[in-house]
Amino acid sequence: MIKAVPKPLEEVLDLVKDFHKVLIAGCDGCVTVCEAGGMKEAKVLASALRLYFTQEGRAAQVDEVSLTRQCEKEYLAELADRLDAYDAVVSLACGCGVQYLAEMYSHKIIYPGVNTCFLGVNEERGLYSERCQACGHCILADTGGICPIARCSKRMLNGPCGGSEKGKCEINPEIPCGWELIYERLKTLGQLDRFEKPVDPKDWSSSRDGGPRKIVREDLRI
Amino acid sequence: MQYPPNVRIIEVPCTGKVDLVHLLMAFEYGADGVMVVGCMAGDCHYSAGNLYARKRVQRGKEILDRVGLGGDRLEMYNLSSGMGGRFAEIVREITEKVRELGPSPVRVATGKAMRPIAEVTP
Repeated sequence: MIKAVPKPLEEVLDLVKDFHKVLIAGCDGCVTVCEAGGMKEAKVLASALRLYFTQEGRAAQVDEVSLTRQCEKEYLAELADRLDAYDAVVSLACGCGVQYLAEMYSHKIIYPGVNTCFLGVNEERGLYSERCQACGHCILADTGGICPIARCSKRMLNGPCGGSEKGKCEINPEIPCGWELIYERLKTLGQLDRFEKPVDPKDWSSSRDGGPRKIVREDLRI
Repeated sequence: MQYPPNVRIIEVPCTGKVDLVHLLMAFEYGADGVMVVGCMAGDCHYSAGNLYARKRVQRGKEILDRVGLGGDRLEMYNLSSGMGGRFAEIVREITEKVRELGPSPVRVATGKAMRPIAEVTP
């Protein structure tokens, strides 16, 4: 799932300090799971902003709402009748949600309230780590279910490199070497022969190298 | 056991139930200070409720510092149910500390600083 962290409160305060009516829009999707931008976080941010405005002696209105998903028009449409009442909206959704909200309500000032980080897993509450870079052409079948694009710092297809030491990556001793993980996993699976044939260069056109991407599923479209 | 009467006690099953938004809303409703009193560390009946509460209180203090109220107005203590005397002592201490800090900037800004909290809260 998409992982995000709340923006520092000072940054959000700086964005909205000149407005009088602000809506904090949470998202019940991925950002709720990583506790960065759901209803709970929207309430906390709205409360913090109300305290700030009130102690400044300003009569500002800060409300909160949370949409099922901000990456879908049906849910964004729920705000259609409400947005005129606000000067600005702080969206706590991921970058996709913030942009789709801005796209749908082009006349409204929309600010991001979180920093969107990566596609990752919940190792435990409050500990999330990256697993996928959405390169558009999955090679996990060849690498023992461990992705060298996401887990190797150099995105090598034929690793490990010379910077791998005692199972750790040279860029940070806390980062496990992705290729060490792949080696150990393939050893467990009895598939070490995978290392005997080099992998051809990857077609990166399905990744960001091909520009902004789009999926067209004719089987689903009406 | 006697302690200052200007403290309003809100009972919860466990301090783990106390969310960050509850702490902030107490200040929105006009509290000059808030103390969270949980069980002793390691004695939580729900295993870690008081540890979660301490982290939320810490985050609450940071938020209060940033929005201009001051994190000193929020504190957490760990007591057992048999420590009534110490509870009264802490309430006296925190009441004195909040009195020194003065009315919450929220109440000052809204002109409600001279009225008791009970009249201010909706």
